[in-house]
Amino acid sequence: MSKWVSLAAALLLLFAAPALAQNKVRNYGIGHVATPAEIAGWDIDVRPDGEGAPPGHGSVKEGEKVYMDKCAACHGEFGESAGRWPQLAQGKGTLATGNPVKTVGSYFPYLSSVFDYIRRAMPFGDAESLTNDELYAVTAYVLNLNDIVDDKFVLSKETWAKVKMPNANGFYDDDREKTEKVFWNKNPCMKDCRPPVKITGHAQAIDVTPEDKGKKAGVE
Amino acid sequence: MTEPMDTTTRRRFLTGAAGLVAAGAGAQALADNPKNLPPNVPDWTRSLGAGVGTKPYGVPSKYEKDVIRRTVPWLTATPESSVAFTPLHELDGIITPNGLCFERHHGGIAEVDPHDYRLMIHGLVDKPLIFTLEDIKRLPRVNKIYFLECAANSGMEWRGAQLNGCQYTHGMVHCVQYTGVPLKLLLEQAGLKPNAKWILAEGADAAAMDRSIPLEKALDDCLVAYRMNGEMLRPEQGYPVRLVVPGWQGNVWVKWLRRIKVGDQPWYTREETSKYTDLLADGRARKFTYVMDAKSVITSPSPQAPMLGKGFTVISGIAWSGRGKVSRVDVSLDGGRNWRAARIDGPVFDKALVRFYAEIEWNGEPLLLQSRAMDETGYVQPTKDTLRKIRGVNSIYHNNGIQTWSVKANGEVENVEVG
Repeated sequence: MSKWVSLAAALLLLFAAPALAQNKVRNYGIGHVATPAEIAGWDIDVRPDGEGAPPGHGSVKEGEKVYMDKCAACHGEFGESAGRWPQLAQGKGTLATGNPVKTVGSYFPYLSSVFDYIRRAMPFGDAESLTNDELYAVTAYVLNLNDIVDDKFVLSKETWAKVKMPNANGFYDDDREKTEKVFWNKNPCMKDCRPPVKITGHAQAIDVTPEDKGKKAGVE
Repeated sequence: MTEPMDTTTRRRFLTGAAGLVAAGAGAQALADNPKNLPPNVPDWTRSLGAGVGTKPYGVPSKYEKDVIRRTVPWLTATPESSVAFTPLHELDGIITPNGLCFERHHGGIAEVDPHDYRLMIHGLVDKPLIFTLEDIKRLPRVNKIYFLECAANSGMEWRGAQLNGCQYTHGMVHCVQYTGVPLKLLLEQAGLKPNAKWILAEGADAAAMDRSIPLEKALDDCLVAYRMNGEMLRPEQGYPVRLVVPGWQGNVWVKWLRRIKVGDQPWYTREETSKYTDLLADGRARKFTYVMDAKSVITSPSPQAPMLGKGFTVISGIAWSGRGKVSRVDVSLDGGRNWRAARIDGPVFDKALVRFYAEIEWNGEPLLLQSRAMDETGYVQPTKDTLRKIRGVNSIYHNNGIQTWSVKANGEVENVEVG
C-alpha cells in the first residue's frame, strides 16, 4: 500500500515539475561569471553623483595643454568650434531664441554627461586614450572655458560635487501624453476640415538637396 | 532642377511625366532599345545567361544600381558620425532590404570579430555574466518584425520644407525581422537585485554609445538580436549583436552591444542630455522622450518618384507607431481639407511599418498629397503647424508632422509647406 502511495507521489511530482518551473526563472547554465578584473576594464560609465569616476585629478592649467594638443583642432581654441564640429563653450541665454547654441555651459545638465562622454569617445578617433589625470584636466579646462570653474580649479572625485552646471534644471520628463493630449482623437475630421489650402514654402526654393554647402541644421 | 534625380528616375520622369505634357497622352514605354521589343527577340532570350554560383551572395540587378542609401554631406562634420538615408521611394511592402536600411553611426562602423565578441551583464545583479556569441545563439530565441526610426528623422523640416525627397525627409526609418533572445531572459540569468530600476546599454564602437533604459521596458519587449531578415546583422546595423527596443527612438537600439549595466537611476549620458532631448520654445527641454509617435509618408509619388502619367495611379506609402499597431491611414489630395481612408495591405504588426495604398484617377490637376496615420491608442498624426504650436521649431527630434507633396500638372512632385 505504501508503495502505491509513494509511486503516486512520484508521478505527481513528475507532472507538477514543469508547471512549477513556469513560475521560476530558468537557469540555462550558459555564459560564464565575469571576474572583477574583466569588469574593471569595461566599467567606464560615470553617473551625475560621481559614481564610477576613476581615481585621479587634473587642473584647468594641465587641461589647457591637453585641450590644445588633442581637442582644439576640431572644437576651436576657445571651444567655439572649428567648422561644423560641436561647439563647447558660450551660447548662454540662447536656448529660447531662434538660434539655440547648445554647449557644455549652456545646455549640459551634469558634469558626468561631459566627463563620461570624453572618457569613452574622445578624442574623436582615439577613444579611451587619455589617462585619468588627463581626463580630469581636460574636463576641468572645458568647464573653465564656460566660466563654470575658476582658473585654479582642480577636478577630482573629491571636488566633483562642487561643480554646478548652469542648465541643471533645464530638463523635464517626457510629458507628451499630457501636453499633447489633443492628438488623441477617435474621430478625426474627414470633410471640409480647413479653409482652402495655400502653398507657403517650397523645398526647391531652399535648394539644399542634397549637396548644398550652406545651411547647417538637423542631425547631430 | 536641383533634386537628386538618379538617371533611372530622370529618364522615367522625362519619358513619362514630361512626355505626358508634350503628347497629352499616357506614359511612354520605358525601354530605349527597339531591338529588345516585339516583334524582335532580345539577346537575353537568344543566348545563355550566367551559371549558378556566379554570385555566391546575390546582389540586385545592375539596372537597380541607383537604388541606394544616400547622404546629405552638409549635414554633418564627418562621415564617421553621420547618416545615410533609406531610399523609401524605391521600396514597397513593409520589409526593408538589409543593405538599404539607413545608417546612423557616431564613431564609424565597428568591425567586431564574432569570435572575440563578448556581452557583459553586471551591476545590480546576483551574478555578473559574460556571454559569447555562441552562448547567445544557444539560448531560446524569438522572431519579431519592428520598425526602427531615428529620433531626428524629419528633423531638418521643423522650420519649413527643406529637403526635396522622402529619402531625405523620412529615410531614417527601416523595418526588418529580428531574431534574438529576450533581454529579460538574459537579465534573469544574472539575477536582478531588488533595487534594480534602470539599465545602461553600451556599444563596442568608437563612440561606445551609452543610453539609459528603464528596467520596465527592458523586461517588457526588448531583444538582444543577432539576425535581421534571417541573416546575421550587417556591420552597419551592429554586427554581431544589437539591442532592439521596439517603438523607441533608434539611438537606444545600441549597436555592437558589449555591456549592460543594471542600476537604480538613469545615467544622463551625453546622448540623453546634450543630444536626443527636445528643446522647446521656452528654452527648457523634454528628456527621455523615447517613444516614436504615429507617423506616415507617401513614398510614391514623391519628389524622387514623380507621377507616371494621367489616369489610374496608385498612391503608396508607409505608416508606423511606437505606441502599438497602426489602425488606419487616411490620404488627402487637397492639402488636408478632405480625407479618405487608405487601404492597408499586408500584415499589420505591433510597432512595425504598414504599407498603405490609395488608388485614384489623376486628370492632371495639381494635387497636394498628404497622409495621416492613426494608431490603436487613438493617436492621430498631427499637422506640422499643430506640432510647432506646442513645441516651437528648435526641438530637432520627434517631428512626426503630416508631410505635403505638391504634384504639378507635368507630374513633377515637390516637398512643400501649406498654410
